[in-house]
Amino acid sequence: MIEREITIKNKTGLHARPAAMFVEAADRFESEIELIFDGITVNAKSIIGVLSLGIGNGDKAILRISGSDEEEAMEKLVQLIENRFGEEGPGDDFI
Amino acid sequence: MKKSKIAVQEIIEEFDLALLAGNPENRYITISDIKRPGIELAGFWEFFTPDRVQLLGMTEISFLKELDSVRLVKSIEKLLSYDLPCVIIARGLDVPDILIEEADRNGIPLLRTDISTTRFLSLLTNYLEESLAPTETVHGVLVDIYGVGVLITGKSGIGKSETAVQLVKRGHRLVADDLIIVKKIGERQLVGTAPEVSRHFLEIRGIGIINIRALFGAGAVIEKVDINMIAKLEYWNEEKSYERLGFDNLYGELMGIEIPQVIIPVKPGRDLAMVLEIAAMNYRMNLMGYNAARDFSRKVTELLRSSK
Repeated sequence: MIEREITIKNKTGLHARPAAMFVEAADRFESEIELIFDGITVNAKSIIGVLSLGIGNGDKAILRISGSDEEEAMEKLVQLIENRFGEEGPGDDFI
Repeated sequence: MKKSKIAVQEIIEEFDLALLAGNPENRYITISDIKRPGIELAGFWEFFTPDRVQLLGMTEISFLKELDSVRLVKSIEKLLSYDLPCVIIARGLDVPDILIEEADRNGIPLLRTDISTTRFLSLLTNYLEESLAPTETVHGVLVDIYGVGVLITGKSGIGKSETAVQLVKRGHRLVADDLIIVKKIGERQLVGTAPEVSRHFLEIRGIGIINIRALFGAGAVIEKVDINMIAKLEYWNEEKSYERLGFDNLYGELMGIEIPQVIIPVKPGRDLAMVLEIAAMNYRMNLMGYNAARDFSRKVTELLRSSK
């Protein structure tokens, strides 16, 4: 089991399309992936769960992954967050 | 697991209490036990529990009236010297002036209800038990099948949400998809509900997010339900043996409470909604004291005996 604190950097936060991209990416891995925010733990492979957290720009959350491909999954998901889900710089309206 | 607190102001509104003195702002109740401080007012303070709501009824108020003024002042001063969440007078009883003065002086809310003491005690206990119950969030889908609250668990993508939609189409009701808030009330009851934000929403892979209430109407959803059983969906494993008889009830655990659990192996083409309907009906039959496997086994035994 590995854990890492992540900071959401894209403008819209973990909403709509970024959330879908995140869930989609998580779903490709065998490991169990959880996202923890504000004391609530959700399944990172579920769009309903991830959206429910309402994680905004600048918020910090914890990514907890356990399973055979946990390292790979962590790398991929952190990369996605770091790259702001492909959003352009600040000011870009991406819904 | 977290424990919450409840504002005294909330109690005032819920039970329509009169505020006689003190200030309810920033006063919180953290435990559901209620204290009738009769023996303390009589002078025995050793086991006093000041963190509880203090309830004064006919007994306590009559006792106070019997006291001479010196002892009355002493008892009331002592009572209100503690940092009490609030003091409630039942039965609409008259309050000694010193109690009002002391409550005002210490800022402790002094409240009054017209309901009788014992009745109010049980109403307030129930309310506090429910409000202060520990909660936990769990993954899964919660549905009401024939009045049986079934928590469907299993890996992502195994078909929990789709099974729920099938069940809704058969007339059952959705409580929550994916994220369920479970409240533990007392030592035996678990109540599940959806977080406000995701209520009625559900995801179907390939389609996206749908709103069950918008699609199927108000009869297809229910706000909360007691969780009576767990149905764990698993990919069919040839190596594993699954329940064939149903003699014994298997149990799962949720917040320290044992709940009947069935493990349902999933194979393409298996009608999971039907399987869960049967599991729910079977659960009800078991509650009524009927176990089909035992019944069948008894009949076979009788047959064997008679043919000897």
